Amino acid sequence: MLIRLNSFLINIIFFIFISVISNPAYSEEKNVDLLKINWSFKGLLGTFDRSSLQRGYQVYQEVCSACHSIQYLSYRNLSEKGGPEFSEEEAKAIAAQFEVLDGPNSEGEMFTRSGRLSDKFVKPFPNVEAATAANGGAYPPDMSVLAKARKGGADYIYSLLLGYEDAPAGYELDDGVYYNKYMTGQKIKMLKPLSDGAVEYSDGTQATEAQMAKDVATFLTWAAEPHLEVRHKTGVRAILYLIVLIILVYFSMKKVWSRVDSKDDLEQQEDTFDKVEKWTTQYEGDDPKSFK
Amino acid sequence: MSEEKYIPNSKIGQWFDSRLPLLTLSAHLREYPTPRNLNYWWTFGGILTFFLITQIVTGVILAMYYVAHSDLAFESIEHIMRDINYGWLIRYVHANGSSMFFLAVYIHIFRTLYYGSYKSPREVIWITGLIIYLFMMVTAFTGYVLPWGQMSFWAATVITNLFSAIPLIGENITEWLWGGYSVGNPTLNRFYSLHYLFPFLIFGLVILHIWALHVPGNNNPVGIDVKKNNNETVSFHPFIVMKDLFALLVFLIIFFIFVFFAPNVLGHPDNYIVANPLVTPSHIVPEWYLLPFYAILRAIPSKLGGVIFMFASIFILMLLPWLDTSKVRSATFRPLYKKFFWILVVTVILLGYLGAKPPEGIYLILARIATIYYFVHFLIILPLLGRYEKTSPLPLSISDPVLNKPDIVDKFKKIVGEYEGENVDSFK
Ligand code: HEC
Ligand code: HEM
Repeated sequence: MLIRLNSFLINIIFFIFISVISNPAYSEEKNVDLLKINWSFKGLLGTFDRSSLQRGYQVYQEVCSACHSIQYLSYRNLSEKGGPEFSEEEAKAIAAQFEVLDGPNSEGEMFTRSGRLSDKFVKPFPNVEAATAANGGAYPPDMSVLAKARKGGADYIYSLLLGYEDAPAGYELDDGVYYNKYMTGQKIKMLKPLSDGAVEYSDGTQATEAQMAKDVATFLTWAAEPHLEVRHKTGVRAILYLIVLIILVYFSMKKVWSRVDSKDDLEQQEDTFDKVEKWTTQYEGDDPKSFK
Repeated sequence: MSEEKYIPNSKIGQWFDSRLPLLTLSAHLREYPTPRNLNYWWTFGGILTFFLITQIVTGVILAMYYVAHSDLAFESIEHIMRDINYGWLIRYVHANGSSMFFLAVYIHIFRTLYYGSYKSPREVIWITGLIIYLFMMVTAFTGYVLPWGQMSFWAATVITNLFSAIPLIGENITEWLWGGYSVGNPTLNRFYSLHYLFPFLIFGLVILHIWALHVPGNNNPVGIDVKKNNNETVSFHPFIVMKDLFALLVFLIIFFIFVFFAPNVLGHPDNYIVANPLVTPSHIVPEWYLLPFYAILRAIPSKLGGVIFMFASIFILMLLPWLDTSKVRSATFRPLYKKFFWILVVTVILLGYLGAKPPEGIYLILARIATIYYFVHFLIILPLLGRYEKTSPLPLSISDPVLNKPDIVDKFKKIVGEYEGENVDSFK
């Protein structure tokens, strides 16, 4: 009984513990609450919205890629399962739009050629220093894992893109610094990148600021976690399998233990009876009268 | 420990076993008599063994692709995550596996504290366990540095800098650890080397740990010695094996939820930013399982003092079997100890929480109180309890705890005794 109570207490402590470690602990800068969206990729069976990914790629390509690289994505990823799933032809055509530096050739010269599926996304600047210099001293972070490198992930990127506001009266802003209520310290050195109609979607979707922000945040989430869909699918399967296994093992365990559990109770009873019997017969045999 | 000597059935078996008694060992492991009243807190030893093996297997696979160079480490991890078949799975299992490993070891340790399993004759099991725990921390810390993200770099900087608090030779030690004048490529290389080495040291220690366990046998929730070879014990196989397996599978559900649905919540987002010696993150925090020690470190106003107290908080546990002078093992029969046990649990969790908070204001005050209490628990409360606590009566055996049904045989004996007393002669 006491032990039960204690395991109960331990469970409670365990859950408090898990909730303490898993969220508030690491978040120090208290920002404004992020805008929240019902992302299709959240949840146990969450998958990406294909057309949103394709539109997101378009936004990245036409707007963000002027400053931000995605150095760990390859053009072939665009046609892979679980991603935007462009057809292979489309992906090849996308890759071919880019000039890639290759070489050295047999003469020892570097040369440029058009991109292939196996190439990594071409970077807007050759290195961090060049990117920083071109952006007023602020490095536009590489976007390969950006969605995982910020608390809030997709919500954060979405909010940031919609978080540009006029600075409150009396707020000092240097040249090239903008007010954004979701950025740490509310100051960002990125010019507001999106405004209504910044791109023209070919599928007829209205290119509102919020729509583009949502699409590009989806795309960046995929870029950071290209195997998210397989992960979810494998996870659900693995856990279902585990549950079946647990049930089977549970009953085998019960069966195995029933050997000692019942044997034991019986044995103990028999033991007691044996002893009682022995004593009684001793008395009886010797002198039955002494009992009455 | 089995009574009769084991003899293999087959001729080959006998030939081999008489030269290298592996079969005898395996028979011993199968028959190992285990108290039948162990509860599920006793299944975590098996769970730990599983996670140790999981870490080693996934780690060896990761090592096939990982590049230990400060310019390439981050990229090589992304390569594993993106381009290697199921590389993401291997990496997420390894990363979250370490958290589960620590979760299990904390439960395992607090189980030991609650049931007094560290007391005579199990002191050596306890101490080998603590060395395992220390080695786990070394392994986890060096492992955390390998992805070469911002937290990797800065955690390495903060922790290695601690050694500079040592008077006179501190600076030299720190530079010696770095292999240079700051954390850099040489540091990464040696951390990788150590990270590969330590799990195998742990593996060896686990063998000693279990060997030491098999000398006195398991403690149990009642905390009194069991009588071997009667119905108070069951053979390890299949009884305990099945129970451990069941508990392991249930524990794996938690593990899978993290791996497949929240693989990054236990980590820090900053570790997805490549290490940059020029940019200090606003808050440098270790992984959650090291937070209590981080809180103690920062609670002490002097750097050297912090380091001393942090190490003392672990080494004091080595003395526990001698600090706790009570002869009664299980907290079930120690009403006061039980309360202090739970206060200690809360204190440690509080320290963990405070370790993640900036050391200022109320957080700092609480961290100081909790740190002091931690030491008071071991140095003052336990010795006093051993002397003054009034423990409840212990049962005679694990199968008839006094709490349970009244003992029929004893009662009957008493009655018989009365007759005996009255008329002894009639029995002979
Ligand atoms: C004109 C160049 C430029 C363009 C175009 C641009 N960015 Fe940026 N971005 C920057 C710079 C510079 C920074 C660094 C800002 C800072 O550190 O203050 C940045 C930072 C960011 C950040 C990180 C903010 C943080 O928390 O540190 C995000 C997210 C971001 N950009 C998203 C986008 C998206 C999405 C697009 C496309 C819709 C985009 N950017 C287009 C220059 C650009
Ligand atoms: C890699 C880590 C570890 C592994 C694989 C491991 C494994 C085991 C196993 C299999 C058992 C027997 C089953 C059980 O009682 O749960 C055991 C018992 C024990 N462990 Fe560990 N252990 C580890 C770490 C530790 C640590 C860190 C401590 C304490 C600081 C510890 C203290 C003990 C004690 C005291 C016992 C004996 C308990 C009893 O009487 O049943 N162990 N361990």
